Amino acid sequence: MNNRSDTLSKIQHSLTRRNRAEARFRWYGRCAIFIGLLAVAVLFFDIISKGHGAFRATYIKLDIHYDPELIGINNLADNEQLSAGNWQALSKTALRNKFPDVSGRQDKRRLSKLLSNGAGFDLKDHLLANPQLLGKKESVWVLADDDIDTYFKSWLDGDAYDARMTAKQVQWIAQLHQEDLIALKFNSNLFSRGDSREPEQAGIRGAVMGSFLTLIMTLMLSFPIGVSAAIYLEEFAPKNRWTDFIEVNINNLAAVPSIIFGLLGLAIFINFFHVPRSVPIVGGLVLTLMTLPTIIITSRAAIKSVPPSIREAALGMGASKYQMVLHHVLPLALPGMLTGAIIGMAQALGETAPLLMIGMVAFIVDIPNGFSDPATVLPVQIFLWADSPERAFIEKTSAAIMVLLSFLIIMNTSAVWLRKRLERRW
Amino acid sequence: MKLASEQTLELDEGHVTVGQSFSDDPKMTMRNINVFYAEKQAIYDVSIDITKNEVIAMIGPSGCGKSTFLRTLNRMNDTVDGCRVEGDICMDGENLYAPNLDVVELRARVGMVFQKPNPFPKSIRDNVTYGPKIHGLADTRVDLDEILEKSLRKAGLWEEVKDRLDQPGTGLSGGQQQRLCIARAIAVSPEVILMDEPCSALDPIATAKIEELIEELSQNFTIAIVTHSMQQAARVSHRTAYFHLGKLIEVNPTEQVFTMPQHQLTEAYITGRFG
Repeated sequence: MNNRSDTLSKIQHSLTRRNRAEARFRWYGRCAIFIGLLAVAVLFFDIISKGHGAFRATYIKLDIHYDPELIGINNLADNEQLSAGNWQALSKTALRNKFPDVSGRQDKRRLSKLLSNGAGFDLKDHLLANPQLLGKKESVWVLADDDIDTYFKSWLDGDAYDARMTAKQVQWIAQLHQEDLIALKFNSNLFSRGDSREPEQAGIRGAVMGSFLTLIMTLMLSFPIGVSAAIYLEEFAPKNRWTDFIEVNINNLAAVPSIIFGLLGLAIFINFFHVPRSVPIVGGLVLTLMTLPTIIITSRAAIKSVPPSIREAALGMGASKYQMVLHHVLPLALPGMLTGAIIGMAQALGETAPLLMIGMVAFIVDIPNGFSDPATVLPVQIFLWADSPERAFIEKTSAAIMVLLSFLIIMNTSAVWLRKRLERRW
Repeated sequence: MKLASEQTLELDEGHVTVGQSFSDDPKMTMRNINVFYAEKQAIYDVSIDITKNEVIAMIGPSGCGKSTFLRTLNRMNDTVDGCRVEGDICMDGENLYAPNLDVVELRARVGMVFQKPNPFPKSIRDNVTYGPKIHGLADTRVDLDEILEKSLRKAGLWEEVKDRLDQPGTGLSGGQQQRLCIARAIAVSPEVILMDEPCSALDPIATAKIEELIEELSQNFTIAIVTHSMQQAARVSHRTAYFHLGKLIEVNPTEQVFTMPQHQLTEAYITGRFG
């Protein structure tokens, strides 16, 4: 009896210790998760607070007179006239009419510097879309220069950044603001244009299209090749020293720094096979090399997780090995394979280093429309903008990061969703 | 009583199977079968006939090679790396291990039911019609539906599932799943059905149903069944083969095996002295 209560008290003693250890362990876990979430929160806060401004741009409202004489044209259908036309005169004249008492060459130049140097071409496009406007007057919101944009946004926030402004320019802006002729509007250029030297005219459309084309190329190559390799290795290849050797090397390949794949692509695809530089084809080929190991490894894991009893059942029914794989193993392994492919694609979407090696870092203004058009990709665009000296590119960089992150979030969410959706239980 | 047969429980090297291992009207004949897993020998020099339309039960302690032996009959051992089969196995006089024989055809003729019910994670209909589809046994949907109903009826499952043929086969109970697997196996009209401990994962009621089914099926099929349960062997089989450490000890009509075993080892096993 005595003995028994002794044991009990010992157990109780150790129990409190065990419970304390467990509680401590739980707190370690919570701290770890908290630190992780904190890092994500800081990242998002930083990027969003820097980048949210890029979604709006400064516009100035001007009374434009589409005067054929001023532009120097008489026929809107004549392309030669159109390209020779003095389009900048439209906005400059309107601005001078707005501030008639500005005199002196320097002041006049400063005045026209309020507007983006692409403003004339925007007006040209607008006129071509609405030819009935020729010879008439219209109030138009015209894009402002990036220095004005930066100043105006910071001024609205109460912390004016005027290092690149003259006193007169500051005064003009104040006057325009008083008359409600300057405002922030949604920056559609960000989503509809390619890269530009002028921050206010630069957009991510080119980079998004480049990323899209490159990823399509990567997916079309790496998914079939990776899945075939995985199926062959798991289901058909004999298990011997050779297949072990191959497995070790696939795992090695997955850990090779990505810039080395870029050098490999440069040496093989560009220098040996003479694939053109900077195009999505060569980007896709290089990223295929990079994502193949990921796809092979996840596909093999997915195939391995199909229970052997299903294979036996199929073989026992007289299915050939090919039918067994096609009818039973593949459908069950597909969700895992797709998840792996999407994760591989997400990796490829964020990859920068190998693409620098194959010329996708070039400054490309035109939006790529095909696999053989020169292109750049989103992360490289971010790299290029982060490297630019203009202050206005800071918020553009963060905006591009936000777009890239939202694509990544969409892809990873769809991977989880697909797996839940397609997963079958047995 | 101290085992009088203690000395004889050790098998002599040149053991010869006792009893009636051969048949006048054989469906399958096995002669001098040796099976190796890499270096390890699993089956030693087994010779036996399987008669047409009989139910033959294979019993023996765990690891005695009865499942391995069963799997040589439809060459399921081919899928195991390093497995080697020596000797002659013939069905209707045709050598099953001949180089020009296609295992796909063989497995259509020799069906198999496994220890754990393993329906495909597809509908009940797809489970049963899978075999006929891949072997091209039916041309139209009507033919397929006919096979489906016939097979499910033979497996005694039709009444229970006829209203939910398009629901997943994996949603059935364990016993129903196993009968679905039997329906799937008989849908291609095999000549021989191999059963590898088909009831070991089932409760007694489901087991009774399967045993009843085996009895009915024996009118049309030749059945070889491996079982852990001696009672089951006694209930369903016509002949019983006793395996011990990879050797075939005794083959005799079931009644005789369980009442007057010829070999001491058989007797020791069925009276529960080991196993």
